[in-house]
Amino acid sequence: MLASGQIKTLKIDGRDVSAHENQTILEVARENGIKIPTLCFLEGLSVRGSCRLCLVAIKGSPRLEPACTTRCREGMEVETDNPELHQFRKRILELIFAERNHVCSVCVSNGHCELQALGAEFGLTHVEVAYQFPNMPLDLSHDRFVVDHNRCILCARCIRVCDEIEGAHTWDMMGRGKDARIISDMNEPWGESESCTSCGKCVQVCPTGALFEKGKSVAEMAKQRQFLPYLTIMRGGKR
Amino acid sequence: MSKTITINNVTRIEGHAKITLHLDDQGMVQDAQFHVTQFRGFEKLCEGRPFYEMPSLMARICGICPVSHLLASAKACDDLMAVAIPKTAIKLRKILNMAQIMQSHALSFFHLSAPDLLLGMDGDPASRNIFGLMKDHAQLVQDGIQLRKIGQEIIALLGGKRIHPSWVVPGGVNKPLSEEHRDQILASLGECRPIIHRTLEIYKSIQANFKEEIQTFANFPSLFLGLVSPGGNLEFYDGNIRVADAARNTIADQIDTLDFNDYLEESVEKFSYLKSPYYKAFGYPDGIYRVGPLARLNIIDRCGTPQADEEWAEFQGLQRGAVLSSFYFHYARLIEVLFCAEMMERLLQSKDILDPHVRAYAKPNSFEGIGVCEAPRGTLMHHYRINKNGKIEWANLVIATGHNNLAMNRGVLQTARHFVKGEKIEEGMLNRVEAVIRAFDPCLSCSTHAVGQMPLNIELLSASGTLLDSVKR
Repeated sequence: MLASGQIKTLKIDGRDVSAHENQTILEVARENGIKIPTLCFLEGLSVRGSCRLCLVAIKGSPRLEPACTTRCREGMEVETDNPELHQFRKRILELIFAERNHVCSVCVSNGHCELQALGAEFGLTHVEVAYQFPNMPLDLSHDRFVVDHNRCILCARCIRVCDEIEGAHTWDMMGRGKDARIISDMNEPWGESESCTSCGKCVQVCPTGALFEKGKSVAEMAKQRQFLPYLTIMRGGKR
Repeated sequence: MSKTITINNVTRIEGHAKITLHLDDQGMVQDAQFHVTQFRGFEKLCEGRPFYEMPSLMARICGICPVSHLLASAKACDDLMAVAIPKTAIKLRKILNMAQIMQSHALSFFHLSAPDLLLGMDGDPASRNIFGLMKDHAQLVQDGIQLRKIGQEIIALLGGKRIHPSWVVPGGVNKPLSEEHRDQILASLGECRPIIHRTLEIYKSIQANFKEEIQTFANFPSLFLGLVSPGGNLEFYDGNIRVADAARNTIADQIDTLDFNDYLEESVEKFSYLKSPYYKAFGYPDGIYRVGPLARLNIIDRCGTPQADEEWAEFQGLQRGAVLSSFYFHYARLIEVLFCAEMMERLLQSKDILDPHVRAYAKPNSFEGIGVCEAPRGTLMHHYRINKNGKIEWANLVIATGHNNLAMNRGVLQTARHFVKGEKIEEGMLNRVEAVIRAFDPCLSCSTHAVGQMPLNIELLSASGTLLDSVKR
């Protein structure tokens, strides 16, 4: 983001592009209008590299690298899409859909969901792995917001925005693997959280219907994220 | 030797069911049961969800009458919020409900029952369906499809889509009606009038061919239950419950819908997933009652629109007291469609119909809520309990088809006793047993809170259960 050090030149999808030393492949690709799908990434928040949708192939590298966390190097040759990558990404989406109970038709975010949009974009007509149907609870204890773990994809955007932008650090992650779950404070009901300022940023950055405003009916929860770039600019890039 | 005939599945109905006929040594029908063989479990799976998700979630019970569930559920949620919803929202919800009654009745009459009515109960089963009907009754089939389309399009214009619109929300609806859409709906309502009148004429011209069926299709005294407006008019959305007996005496009137539990009790039969409600004061099984178009037209003092009232006068003349034969469900359905067309027009012409204030907001103010409306098939009740955060803790649904369960069982027995004789299965006999069920237009997907094709499989079993004969189609 900040210009420092020297300029690197590299190839993305056969195109010659240039990047500042600290820029990631994703940043440079987007600057040049090259689309790489992402879910956990959100401009204005720190990068996490957990969803793995932005995996790209780098010539000479034995493994795929996430575009959001990999910095550009001189002479790099990056491939952002090929049948194999497409298949991997599709499979990631399938796994996300199968892991919890994503029922778009009755979801508050139906039509406004990043996961749903990606599913449609990748032509995910059905899921080939077995649905897990976990018995996930809802936390309705907050006065204004709800967390529905059934729709959470563990992107941790809520955790990052709460920590980095609001400064409250109400949210965190507990457990591992399929048992991982976002928690408020020390795994207390959200409504009883002492650190939560009820600012609602977590709700707005959530890519799915996992966090939503109470009282919203099906398909009514469109997220408003315009605030994020402004807030980041106002802070002068400080986190 | 006694035998059992099983009709499995019953065709041209909505959902899955089978019929068992028990024959005695002489081959006469001794007993008959109507089994609903599907299980849904909506009452259970909604537990733990936020209450304002209920309308859309519950609408998934059915693809034919999702609007009924939307409305009953939204009304139960209004009750949880303890709000009075905007008047315009009430009118819009009423129009949506009537559009659905129009399309659902059209489906029942034209697509499911017209093949029996026009091609005859003994017609060749291979062509006794809507495609067979197209050959000689092309106009009628077109009319049916058109009428259903009009109903569905009104739903789409109001709610954004034909099936499972999420427009109805706790507190009202989420978008006001635009002038453009109002005018489009009014235009399509003008189109449907001639269709309804034509169909009524056709129905009346063939009614006389079905004297035996009229005599025996669930034709017995029972109670009738439904909603009426405070003035006793036909009412599908608001109003209070009225119960009338076979002589059309009102037994209970203007019962607050919130008190329905004080008047009705549900029993469970071992042979069916469908619960059997009965009128508490009369006990089980004397408290047998019917709901739906026939019941509604039996309990009201008038429809409340000029053309429907003319037809209703004729309907009433069919019998002294209440009209008892369930065959007349078909007639009642057509009269209701006429009423809906007239009433929708009236509501759409009201001054405040385009008012932008269509939604009330509130948090849950009451921990128990009940919503009642008239679905195409009869009175529909949604009853929820929530915790202080608005999470559903318990839900109970009493579905229109459920109310009719006892009556359908008795109707099947009556029809089977009359038509099914001897050991040889004749297709026409069994079709009549199915047709009595079709007259009720049950929605079993709703009432068991499925989708799929419904092949007919009839088996003749000996008392020991060995297969003696079977017919498949």
